[in-house]
Amino acid sequence: MSRVDVVMPQMGESIAEGTLSKWLKKVGDEIKRDEPIFEISTDKVDAEIPAPSGGVLAEIKVPEGQTVPVQTVVAVIETDAAQAAAVSRAPAPAPAAAPAPSPPAIRGAPPAVPAAPVPLAPASAGGEGETADERLRRRSTPLVRKIAAERGVDIGAVPGTGHAGRVTRNDILGFIETAGTAAQAHGRTEETAGTAAQAHGRTEVPRAPAAPVPPAPAASTWEATPWPGDRVEAMSRIRQLTAEHMVFSRRTSAHVTTFYEVDMTRVARLRTANKKSYEERGVKLTYLGFIVKAVADQLRRNPVLNAAVQRNAIIYRGQVNIGIAVALDWGLIVPVIRGADELSLLGIAKAMADLADRARTKRLKPDEIQNGTFTITNPGVFGSFAGTPIINQPQVAILGVGAVEKRPKVVTLDDGAETIVPRMMTMLSISYDHRIVDGAVADRFMAALKEELESFPENGL
Amino acid sequence: MPEVTYLEALRQGLREEMRRDERVFILGEDVGRYGGAFKVTEGFFAEFGEGRVIDTPISEAAIVGAAAGAAHLGMRPVAEMQFIDFISCAYDMLTNYVATARYRANLACPIVVRGPCGGYVRGGPFHSQNPEAAFLHTPGLKIVCPATARDAKGLIKAAIRDDDPVLYFEHKYLYRRIKENLPEDGDLVTPIGSARVAREGRDLSVITYSAMVWKALEAAEVLQKEDGLQVEVLDLRTLLPMDDAAILETVRKTNRVMIVHEDTRTGGVAGEIAARINEGAFEWLDAPVLRVTAADTPLPYAPTLEDYVLPQVADIVTVARKLAAY
Repeated sequence: MSRVDVVMPQMGESIAEGTLSKWLKKVGDEIKRDEPIFEISTDKVDAEIPAPSGGVLAEIKVPEGQTVPVQTVVAVIETDAAQAAAVSRAPAPAPAAAPAPSPPAIRGAPPAVPAAPVPLAPASAGGEGETADERLRRRSTPLVRKIAAERGVDIGAVPGTGHAGRVTRNDILGFIETAGTAAQAHGRTEETAGTAAQAHGRTEVPRAPAAPVPPAPAASTWEATPWPGDRVEAMSRIRQLTAEHMVFSRRTSAHVTTFYEVDMTRVARLRTANKKSYEERGVKLTYLGFIVKAVADQLRRNPVLNAAVQRNAIIYRGQVNIGIAVALDWGLIVPVIRGADELSLLGIAKAMADLADRARTKRLKPDEIQNGTFTITNPGVFGSFAGTPIINQPQVAILGVGAVEKRPKVVTLDDGAETIVPRMMTMLSISYDHRIVDGAVADRFMAALKEELESFPENGL
Repeated sequence: MPEVTYLEALRQGLREEMRRDERVFILGEDVGRYGGAFKVTEGFFAEFGEGRVIDTPISEAAIVGAAAGAAHLGMRPVAEMQFIDFISCAYDMLTNYVATARYRANLACPIVVRGPCGGYVRGGPFHSQNPEAAFLHTPGLKIVCPATARDAKGLIKAAIRDDDPVLYFEHKYLYRRIKENLPEDGDLVTPIGSARVAREGRDLSVITYSAMVWKALEAAEVLQKEDGLQVEVLDLRTLLPMDDAAILETVRKTNRVMIVHEDTRTGGVAGEIAARINEGAFEWLDAPVLRVTAADTPLPYAPTLEDYVLPQVADIVTVARKLAAY
């Protein structure tokens, strides 16, 4: 009889914990090696985690919706099927009633890890005997959600003593009585980031966490309250993270935005001429591909735009990793093209198509949304003329691409005469962090970018 | 206050109404000289005579049809089904004719159809049924299911006085097992459409009726002793019209609810109650609404199998623990 532990994977260097968002298998299910068995949600990415070995899922230790440190054992696979089946028929032990279970063991972590800020369900909850019905259950009930909405409590911060770690009426009422307000609940999240950094022994090179979480402002007179007839919905994890990140960025960087109108007529011609040959290689050639290529070239020449701020120091990044914002039905995600300055236009186009596709099908690996050094967002696809994007922390600049369309343009002919002709135009905007990027630098970068796009080399294809 | 059985309380109610109101009469199989299969009408023939205690042929459709006709002409008949299982023979009369009479023809049809229901008596498939769900779906009928001696008396009196048809399901297991001190004088009437809290609690609610009220009370006692749970038991008493206010009140109080009935599960009364809770108190639920019912099968005759199929105290305790731990 052999048992294989399934652990919460290390999904990126700076990630210390992950939320188990969904079990794709239930106890007693047969599993093939590398078959997806659960979904995780970290930072912004949702990913399916494959089974480390084949067998039968013998035990589920972490219920859906729970956040645990990396390397926490979340399930056990029994490689001997007959015995595993016997295990799954064993009656589930009654869940312990302790509202504050002890912290989980973190393998490879220093012994003096502070108490885990994330509440864990009793170890037995969600174990053997879990049925499909139980998996489908939400972690809270209508009553608890109502109380949470009325009292401004984050249900995720309440330790659950109910079935499979569910937060019950008594849990949330007790939490409101003792732990108090939503503001305190948010404070715990900050503590999480600090704990995570320590657990990874990174004290010598302290890094800004991937998604630093500012403390939530205390409830004020401006706080919204629902009116009769309104619908109140809890934010999804991705929505909450985006909200926190955006406000944090606005507060952190001194945003300035500058605009450059770029004549894309030449790019349009090159694109039309080469579209077919790219398609034959399975790649769609887009305007954005040209822009990413030109940005990558210019970032190499303007390193301060490919940098980060660390207190009183500037970190000039060795790599040029360009994030591309992808709008999803359920939110926004920024997959990263690594080493973009080392790729050809073809390589960039390929990487973009692959990342966007996998972002939409939730198959991105967590590493693929990390370590960006510059971000491009493309509101132009929706018809926007120009945008003033918010910087993706801890980067220092973000480029917005407006719609590419024919507009009247004054041109000077060879004989000095002027005329108005239709040209393929776009508006590029860049929001930069004035703490380290001065206007002249940003404008030089943009002017060079414009120049490169307007004279894009034919041999660049 | 003398102690009377559930059966004696029912008998008292019938006798008092017959003495009070000359329009009230009884008809059924062997209800006269023999006094009824369970002796509910014992002594009635001698007191009221053959004109008011009428033995009928073995035809439930004829019994209900005759009662309906008499009711149209101003009488207050009480028709006995020897076992309530056989009410299905009068299903057409009850659902097509009696229940619609007022709507179709403005004909009052103040009849009571009563009879012994329920199992736990080794009666097998034809003498143990609980047919309430078959009639719950018919607008125009009222259904009462007394659990206590007091309500056995109070509800038969209310049913006889009601101006519309009432089905009165008395549980044969309770006939001689339940005893209660009832006042000898005074008019004991239980209003139709009103539930009763049989036991107060704050942790979870058991909504039930008829004989299951007693199983639920036993289970509540076990849960109190072994788990420290305060279980509320709501005795519906009337299924149609259902006491929505009482149901929603107990949901809002304990937030965890289970429904127990002796009838089979699929299409049973519990489903209707759960739907009403969902519509009226969804945001007050701290757990899904659970059911304890008989299994979906004809009731077996063999004692061990009957025990297995019908809800037992241990089943209620098990489901209550699951509900409490949710």
